[in-house]
Amino acid sequence: MTMDATDRRIVEALQGGLPLVAEPYARVAAELALPEGELIDRLQAMKDSGVIRRIAAAPNHYKLGMTANGMTVWDVADDRLAELGAKIGALPFVTHCYERPRALPDWPYNLFAMVHGSSREEVAEKRAAITDILGDALNGCDILYSTRILKKTGLRLRKRG
Amino acid sequence: MSPLTQTDRTLINRLQDDLPLARRPFADLAKELGLSEDDLLTRIARLKSDGILTRFGPFFDAAEMGGDFCLCAMAVPEHAFDAVLTKVNAHPEVAHNYERTHRLNMWFVLACETPEGITQTADAIEAETGITVFRFPKLQEFFIGFRVAA
Repeated sequence: MTMDATDRRIVEALQGGLPLVAEPYARVAAELALPEGELIDRLQAMKDSGVIRRIAAAPNHYKLGMTANGMTVWDVADDRLAELGAKIGALPFVTHCYERPRALPDWPYNLFAMVHGSSREEVAEKRAAITDILGDALNGCDILYSTRILKKTGLRLRKRG
Repeated sequence: MSPLTQTDRTLINRLQDDLPLARRPFADLAKELGLSEDDLLTRIARLKSDGILTRFGPFFDAAEMGGDFCLCAMAVPEHAFDAVLTKVNAHPEVAHNYERTHRLNMWFVLACETPEGITQTADAIEAETGITVFRFPKLQEFFIGFRVAA
């Protein structure tokens, strides 16, 4: 989608979050000196085109007791990756699953699957289930637990002019 | 931080779904949960101030805006960790950043308005810190299920 200057101002106004008031779009529209209807129409266009993925909350996994957050990484045979990646991505406990490039020799892994659990033991069990699915297409794997959130702001546009 | 009630948990789960674009988006949700609109707004504000929700609002996709995302990683020596962290996080393009258990111990996502922004920002971080920024752009997405059950 082509974003004009008004769209960009809308993103800037909302990237920190939606005001928690009964009529949040009226509040933002007033700040931007736009009619509320135009703001809502423009946001709808952004949703339709995928610029806005959803309007929702981002929870803090740690505070919800999901204290074990494991980025499982796998070196999977290239010719089996599409088929097996789809299977891993469909597992109910995998929240994100991507093919990414290897960075040899430092990083041999080409499949990333994020697994959350209330303990590292739970994450390890889930990881074992992935190992079983990958079978003989698997050449190596590792798991990287997160130990600290260092930043979590989401997209931030740089101020212009 | 007050303990989460069952209503809070239901609300956290519900808020991870897409909220319709309506003039009073919280009114329908309140009705669905058997709360008043005011009570719902107060609860969301409390969940935010307690840090249980880090953010509430639209999730923008930089790639759909003509920009790009990229997962990056660095092997940061322990003694330099805080100094490097300050330099990395100072870039507004760093959308989130996690410390992880590996030689590559700092993992962050760059969200840029232009595809060139990824290279420019990663190169700038390398120049500022003297540490290689490994770049792991997504080649294929198999699933994005963002929900965490509360």
